[in-house]
Amino acid sequence: MKKIRIGSGAGYADDRIEPAIDLINRGNLDYICFECLAERTIAIAQNQKLADPNAGYNDLLEYRFKKILPAIKAHPTKVITNMGAANPKAATKKIVEMAAEYGVHNLKIATVSGDDITTLTSNYGANEMMEDHQPLSSLNRKIISANAYLGAKAIVTALDQGADIVVTGRVADPSLFMAPLIHEFGWNFTDYDKLGKGTLLGHLLECAGQVSGGYFADPGYKDVDKLWELGFPFADVTDTGDITLHKLPDTGGLLSTDTVKEQLIYEIQDPTKYYTPDVIADFSNVQVEPAKDGEGIHVIGATGRAKTGELKVSVGYEDGYITEGGINYGGHNAFNKAKLATEIVRKRLQLLKVPVDAFKEDYIGADSLYHGVLPVPEHVSEIRARIATRTSSLEAAKEVVREVKSLYTNGPSAGGGVRTITQKIVAIASITVPENDIRTHVDSEEVK
Amino acid sequence: MKLYDIAHSRTGDKGNTSTISLIPYKEADFSLIKKYVTDEAVAKWFAPLGPIKVTRYEFFKVPALNFVIENALGGGVTHSLNIDRHGKSYSSALLEMEIPDK
Repeated sequence: MKKIRIGSGAGYADDRIEPAIDLINRGNLDYICFECLAERTIAIAQNQKLADPNAGYNDLLEYRFKKILPAIKAHPTKVITNMGAANPKAATKKIVEMAAEYGVHNLKIATVSGDDITTLTSNYGANEMMEDHQPLSSLNRKIISANAYLGAKAIVTALDQGADIVVTGRVADPSLFMAPLIHEFGWNFTDYDKLGKGTLLGHLLECAGQVSGGYFADPGYKDVDKLWELGFPFADVTDTGDITLHKLPDTGGLLSTDTVKEQLIYEIQDPTKYYTPDVIADFSNVQVEPAKDGEGIHVIGATGRAKTGELKVSVGYEDGYITEGGINYGGHNAFNKAKLATEIVRKRLQLLKVPVDAFKEDYIGADSLYHGVLPVPEHVSEIRARIATRTSSLEAAKEVVREVKSLYTNGPSAGGGVRTITQKIVAIASITVPENDIRTHVDSEEVK
Repeated sequence: MKLYDIAHSRTGDKGNTSTISLIPYKEADFSLIKKYVTDEAVAKWFAPLGPIKVTRYEFFKVPALNFVIENALGGGVTHSLNIDRHGKSYSSALLEMEIPDK
């Protein structure tokens, strides 16, 4: 029975790098995958590319590859990553330069592209947006980007051509991890049960530390060892699709049936229908047990059926500005002072006729997360009033900022700690397009 | 008793939809959870979030439920004015729900 070992090097754009390097150095991995692309990250990257044709890839690409390249030189491990974001070709160019600089030779670096269909959005005006079921053409905003979620196929092609590093833009997260299984085991693209199992592997590894003790701790109740040295997960996968999850010895964190169950269910909806570009995976009969030899957690039982033939496309559009501001109050009557503060700002914006599309007030420490689902205390010893607004214009956002700052000399007594932030918002609408509309490309460069 | 005493939970998000798992520490408590933590009960619990729709899904070999709560994130991760745009903290609110102990 053939078996390969795949590590998870990142679970999101800003993730830690040391646990990934530790995995390469000590894990005896065949592959390591870095998932670094959140839903709207690519739209922001698209704007960077417009300003500079050599930009638009993950901000931490250089930071990461400075450490990855020497590690894979010492411990050859194939690398698959979506750090290409809006500009995978420029990302590859940068990695080629760095590989030469670090003396890593005989390296083949492949670029997967074709996900970017920004220039084609006008073809899809009639396609319904998943969020509000209206046609895309009704979106009365400036579209910045449109990226289709590609499946595993183009990455498999790159690996079949001998790539050591594969750089992609938008690819469905689980597909990054499944591609090596298809390449190594020769799985058929219509063997949907196997693709269901490969998708489960990707789903369990795509958030890195979140399956090995991250996002699990509840001190004194659900304790996790040394989260400051959290070990990232890796998996041994057989050609039949059986998965055994591990983390390295002498790392912090916790890998247990409980941590794996939390990640199994994380961000899925109907467990019998987990849609990816490759397959509709079914996780409803998955079993999670300690491995029989006591090493790691054994996960089996995913199945799958034929994919839909449609690809999800994330359309990034400009959505005005969100401004947030806050001020703290303490001691006697703190909560009422905070309420007066938000009332003052709301009334000032009305008096000045500032065009605010939406206004929200929160009381951090008493009532900011749950909108009344949990009881709100009457008295607290300290509290932060928070005001959030959405405005179409930057000018209106600046008015909001001024009004929050004015609470110092014009508001209730003894307020402190004013901070404000205004963010230009890139929002996401999702449509689907026929898979056959998308043309993927694989280009390779060699470092001799 | 509170769900917190017998179960753990993690929240995820897709657009304006929140997904919340509910996993008993002991398999023996699963029937109690299935009995009381219905989709209606969860919809009622989270009603202050606004007009939401709740669907409950069950896993067959792992004792666990998954609640899919539509319209729960103030417009979704990229649009919401909520401080917790992803609704990551909702799992903690679900675990505060009281259920009978038999």
